[in-house]
Amino acid sequence: MSKFTGIRGRVWFKALTRQETPMPGDPPSVLVADALIGDDNARFLCVVPDPDSRFPCARHGEVGLEQAYTLAARIREVMKADNEKPAEKSKKRPIIAIVDVKSQAYGRREEIAGIHLAAAAAADAYATARFAGHPVITLIVGQAISGGFLTHGYQANRLLAFSDSGVLIHAMHKEPAARITRRTVAQLESLAKTVTPLSYDVRDYAKLGLLYKLLHVSNPEAPSTEEISLVRNAVIEAIADARKGPTDLRGRYESEDAQTARKASRLIRARLEEQWNQ
Amino acid sequence: MSNLAFSREYLDRRSFIELDARQRAKSLLDAGTGRELAGPFDRIESPWLAIQGVTPQADDGCIVIRGTIDSRQTVVIAFNGAFQGGGIGEVSGAKLTAALDLACRDNENGKPTSAVLLLETGGVRLQEANLGLAAVSEIISSIIALRRYAPVISVIAGPVGCFGGMSLAAGVSSYIVMTPEGRLGLNGPEVIEEESGVEEFDASDRSLIWSIFGGQQRHDQGLADVLVDDDADQIATTIRDLIVKGVPAIHRSEQVDLYRSRIAALDTSTQWDPSLVHSLASSHLVRHNFSEGGGAAEADDK
Repeated sequence: MSKFTGIRGRVWFKALTRQETPMPGDPPSVLVADALIGDDNARFLCVVPDPDSRFPCARHGEVGLEQAYTLAARIREVMKADNEKPAEKSKKRPIIAIVDVKSQAYGRREEIAGIHLAAAAAADAYATARFAGHPVITLIVGQAISGGFLTHGYQANRLLAFSDSGVLIHAMHKEPAARITRRTVAQLESLAKTVTPLSYDVRDYAKLGLLYKLLHVSNPEAPSTEEISLVRNAVIEAIADARKGPTDLRGRYESEDAQTARKASRLIRARLEEQWNQ
Repeated sequence: MSNLAFSREYLDRRSFIELDARQRAKSLLDAGTGRELAGPFDRIESPWLAIQGVTPQADDGCIVIRGTIDSRQTVVIAFNGAFQGGGIGEVSGAKLTAALDLACRDNENGKPTSAVLLLETGGVRLQEANLGLAAVSEIISSIIALRRYAPVISVIAGPVGCFGGMSLAAGVSSYIVMTPEGRLGLNGPEVIEEESGVEEFDASDRSLIWSIFGGQQRHDQGLADVLVDDDADQIATTIRDLIVKGVPAIHRSEQVDLYRSRIAALDTSTQWDPSLVHSLASSHLVRHNFSEGGGAAEADDK
């Protein structure tokens, strides 16, 4: 696990919003704020660690029940507010997910209470906002793992990520993934050199065609003013680009990199389309 | 239903669980209407398995069959839990997403088409890690796009159940149908034990597992819409009724305030004994001193 987990989220939330307190009634582990970016008053959302969380399995930056439902509620709040605006002001506000999540919460209480529905509710809110025309932008500043990422960030129509070794985008952390697939970590690492989707290196992830852009920040835990404005400009550009494009996720398999990395996805889509009406 | 095990109907019934994925899909459709798309003879396999020493399968463990149910256009997508635990790989994931997208396009063109997902899956196939996870995010998105027009029904019959990222796909569905042999959860027992320790979850404790993830429990909690027996005819009838019923007024995963207030009401000061959790809304787990939102916590979503 990266020593940076949970630090980067807060740093970047603060850098982009100049705020760092939860909204009234929200748990300390979910930071939500409205802040100006370009010409837009965007809603920023971030999950951070809360060592005192009343859910013991959600204290280290995991996305648990409270985090997921809070995200869902705060996204739906923006959708509702924009929906009620008069039509001439109907430009939907951007929703920005700042992502540094260790994983989903792995707990008995979570499963009993139906964490899958909590996670679904958050993913639903992000996706529904995207379909309604909100530019949904995800900025991956640290870890984006498994169910944590599916819940918080993976429904965005534009994904941005930092390019350093503190960034980890994956279906599962290295050690358990090696154990479950009956390999050593060394074997997994060696396979990942040729099997791109297995790689834990964000520069390999970038080859899959899913990312809008990789951003180079030399010190993501303590960014300079220049680096903050570089990231801010990249987000502004992503918002503009999202507004021009479709509201679904086709950009991910129609991108230039996807032409090679996701050849099989594209082939199966084409085949189904050919045969659909035969 | 509880008497079924000792009745003649039990002996006469046609088990759904014992059918393979293709037979399951066909058993739901009007006789003779099923047409498989991108089937095994198209031989579109996972490009990632052979290089890892894993034998691929010609349909990648995902079967797409178009046909009619009660004369209404439907696409059934069935996962084969016997192949890689029903894990979502690049091809199987894209197959499901593409089928949902084509159904969505038909609806947009005025041709109503519903989707039925037969989920037997542990979630992302770890050999395809990041492409599996990406595929799951796309599946979730495409279910949400389609369910605006037509119901998307998830069936979790067993024996594998529905875990990992695909539990979110079930979660955003219009309806969830389960048998008592089906299980639904984000993290399976082994994963929780591995990540949080045996005190948190003893993965060898079968009664603990079923009392949390089992179809009976999920239905009692209001997290599954219909509980059915392992009976192909009963399941087909249930699916037909849900298709006729159409898109629900509000989907479960849209009811954020209701479920958020239920979570807020829970007492987390001690570990939970699942025998107490018959129905979360009325369980012993509600905080004694809890008032704010408590009224909403008593409300039922149905």
